Amino acid sequence: MVRVLKLELRGITKRFGTLLANDHIDVVVEPGQIHCLLGENGAGKSTLMNVLYGLYEPSEGEILIDGTPVSFRGPGDAMEAGIGMVHQHFMLVPVFTVAENVALGAEPTKAAGFLNLDETRRRIKEISDQYGFDVDPDALVEDLPVGVQQRVEIIKALVRNAKVLILDEPTAVLTPQETDELLDIMRQLKSGGTSIVFISHKLREVKAVSDTITVIRRGKVVGTADPAASTTELASMMVGRAVSLTLDKAPAQPKEKTFEVRDLTVIAPNGQHVVDGLSFDISRGEILAVAGVQGNGQTELTEAILGLQDRVHGSILLDGKELLGRSVKEVLNAGVGFVPEDRSVDGLIGTFSIAENLILDRYDQAPFAKGIGMSPAKVLENAKSRIEEFDVRTPSGALAAGTLSGGNQQKVVMARELSRPLRLFIASQPTRGVDVGSIEFLHKRIVAERDQGTPVMIISTELDEVMELADRIAVLYKGKLVGIVPAGTGRDVLGLMMAGIAPEEHTHPAPAGTATAATSDAEGGDHV
Amino acid sequence: MSTTVSSSRSGNPQPESAGKDASAATVSAKPVSWKTPVLLTAFGLIALVFFGLLAPSQTASFGISTGSDFFQLPALEVNAFAGGLVLSILMLGLAAYAVYLKTRDKAAPGWLTVAFIVLFVAAFLIWVVGGARTPSISLAGLIAGSVTLAVPLVFGSLSGVLCERVGVVNIAIEGQLLGGAFTAAIVASITQNPFIGLLAAAVAGAAVSMVLALFSIKYLVNQIIVGVVLNVLVSGVTGFLFSTVMQANKAQFNSPPGLDIIEIPVLSGIPVIGPILFRQSLVGYLMYIAVLVVWVGLFKTRWGLRVRAVGEHPQAADTLGINVNATRFWNVTLGGAVAGIGGSFFTLVAIDSFTKEISGGRGFIALAALIFGRWNPIGAFFAALLFGFADNLQSIVTIIGTPVPSQFMAMLPYLVTVLAVAGLVGKSRGPAASGIPYVKG
Repeated sequence: MVRVLKLELRGITKRFGTLLANDHIDVVVEPGQIHCLLGENGAGKSTLMNVLYGLYEPSEGEILIDGTPVSFRGPGDAMEAGIGMVHQHFMLVPVFTVAENVALGAEPTKAAGFLNLDETRRRIKEISDQYGFDVDPDALVEDLPVGVQQRVEIIKALVRNAKVLILDEPTAVLTPQETDELLDIMRQLKSGGTSIVFISHKLREVKAVSDTITVIRRGKVVGTADPAASTTELASMMVGRAVSLTLDKAPAQPKEKTFEVRDLTVIAPNGQHVVDGLSFDISRGEILAVAGVQGNGQTELTEAILGLQDRVHGSILLDGKELLGRSVKEVLNAGVGFVPEDRSVDGLIGTFSIAENLILDRYDQAPFAKGIGMSPAKVLENAKSRIEEFDVRTPSGALAAGTLSGGNQQKVVMARELSRPLRLFIASQPTRGVDVGSIEFLHKRIVAERDQGTPVMIISTELDEVMELADRIAVLYKGKLVGIVPAGTGRDVLGLMMAGIAPEEHTHPAPAGTATAATSDAEGGDHV
Repeated sequence: MSTTVSSSRSGNPQPESAGKDASAATVSAKPVSWKTPVLLTAFGLIALVFFGLLAPSQTASFGISTGSDFFQLPALEVNAFAGGLVLSILMLGLAAYAVYLKTRDKAAPGWLTVAFIVLFVAAFLIWVVGGARTPSISLAGLIAGSVTLAVPLVFGSLSGVLCERVGVVNIAIEGQLLGGAFTAAIVASITQNPFIGLLAAAVAGAAVSMVLALFSIKYLVNQIIVGVVLNVLVSGVTGFLFSTVMQANKAQFNSPPGLDIIEIPVLSGIPVIGPILFRQSLVGYLMYIAVLVVWVGLFKTRWGLRVRAVGEHPQAADTLGINVNATRFWNVTLGGAVAGIGGSFFTLVAIDSFTKEISGGRGFIALAALIFGRWNPIGAFFAALLFGFADNLQSIVTIIGTPVPSQFMAMLPYLVTVLAVAGLVGKSRGPAASGIPYVKG
């Protein structure tokens, strides 16, 4: 006897001060459906789900379950009503075991409040067997790979008899293969009678699994779409105007190799080799994209090149000169442009004006510096032309950079780094959290820089972006180079490489089951 | 396809278990540090030279029984030179084993370090006593005295455990101890009832804690700053009331009736163990009970699971319907009550009146015990015991007269604290969210 549940959001409005995050949103989730909320970062999807899950109180509107209005004072009430949520950032206690995490908040107890974890273990085994999760109830969560942690989150919801499961950007942290597994799990859950609200901005996945798609833009529902709609249609609904999903990019014309990395090893404070014996080179006029699941040494690699890491061995040669052991300033002066992965932390000073942010790397050079003073007029002048060139949407360069949207902040960082002659350009996650419209623009600028003859290195965890931009693709796994493959290498091959399996290994006759790994590549063109 | 990938991933999921996979091992296995083997060797050599080779060949005698035991054991007598030599050679043996393990890329196990410390302390004892004018001390008295001195430390560190496990750093232990001591003295004096004094001490400690909880949880003031300010505040208030009220009328306000030692028949007569476990004041017995209750509570009950979750990942707890800030508030309050009881030990058991700054910085030593004990009630208990031991040893050794200057011996408890907290027994990891206020959303 499976209880099914119809969920209805009616006129949900959520304000944060003057900011309108959700504006009269109506969504109906039918029982046993996978309902996708499609929208860009910052469109208000997560806010809506936090309202539904009882984490936020709606400013207006109501939630109905099977036609009856309900009000949730906290997540406890939402769970009681049969709603479960898997957050984008997992809500798991790393030092607890799987069983402890699953039990938390709804602990089976013996007399006097003593825990009865055996009961929880039994339930985990049950669910694990039903869906083929293969989760050990006594493993410490921090020892588990991300994909398994996500299953623990799903188990957590199922143990609480969730009939509607909200998955908030569940694929952001997964390898392509793990993503496919998750999509399978979602289908299984659906056939078991669980409805799923799937929040995503990745069109390929949305199309693959959804029954209904509701598109949200700037806090409003702009319409519903059929999963059969083309990616271009979906993208333009999401963005609000026609967007081109494929980048017009001439084939690379690589010239001489001017950037070389040899046996680069970076040792973390805990002694771990986070970058381990990397060797690669980049030619002028070529884009090397470094792919890999987040946390496999990408951050440390870029920081080592910039001179931000302490314990580094090996050699980094730019135009034949050693960069290793030099200060950050010397590295920048050698002509290295760098877009860091987290713009709000490392790329910008939010409280400084846009104009000041645009000269952070050249504040002490002419024409901005005058003796020990600065020339504010020159700084503003520079800002004006950069803002125009990079189409930064702001009324004035004197505004604080923190007030800009993510896409515009990224344009400011990119404008600063590209506004001096470069010998090497490194961009880490160049379009993370950026709207589709800006992505298009930023990608064009990166290709333009390549065409000027600069060696370009892109670090991205988004496979679509890697495939879009790269002339060659290097894949990192646990700090090691799994391999460098040419552009146009299939999604499935790259996916296996991201899981640490080198290309020559899996071209051999594969163990049973792996042979079917050729699919879904045709849509490699969409980068959202 | 997918299942194959998943199994290949779960095959080497983590650095720790990557040892079997040769290629993965070099990538991510955490190299074993040279720190422990080197430290052990250094201390082993120090022991060999000072406690062994340079030791006087006097015989050190350690009394094991006290007069009231129901049977007497003969005193343990050790030649200082021979004893020091044997123990330091054992220590060097352990150090050599640690070095051997390091060459095999293995970390020294915890028992090895503990065994080393025990040997080192024993060698130190033999050396100090062997070199004294009267080379004889009562081992039973030394240990029983250590427990006595450790009582407020244990309560203080339990308070710290309760607060930090739920995510609030409690620097105000010192203030809670002092508040408890003062309130116990004045209330017990007025009511002429030590039990009401004990209760009042718990309330006073809880009150101090509530201020900490209110400011750090509700108003998000930096927890360290609130804690430090509270210490100064309690010290000032009790100091002021002491000189204006207590000293003016000592008989009425500062002569609390004490809590007597309760001897449990028969059991208290067991040598060594008897005085430690069965010849205590009410506060002493409460200490043992509190340690066990907090340990069982934290690790075996629903309450404990929630408390630890709030201290590790408050947002996760919140999404599961646990009220993070309420849990924090009441736990911090409970911690204050525990520390308050510890404070009553000063005025109801140890000394029969209150004086200014009677807690004498023990709240901070308790904080160290908490870290040394790795945020575990039982660990904290033994850490506090070690500090109590150092404290007691210092006074006993000064009495029997050793060649070591007494100023140096007075430094001993603090030296042990510094060494302990500097991570002699491996790196300790506290609750992840400790000290970080929780703001929803």
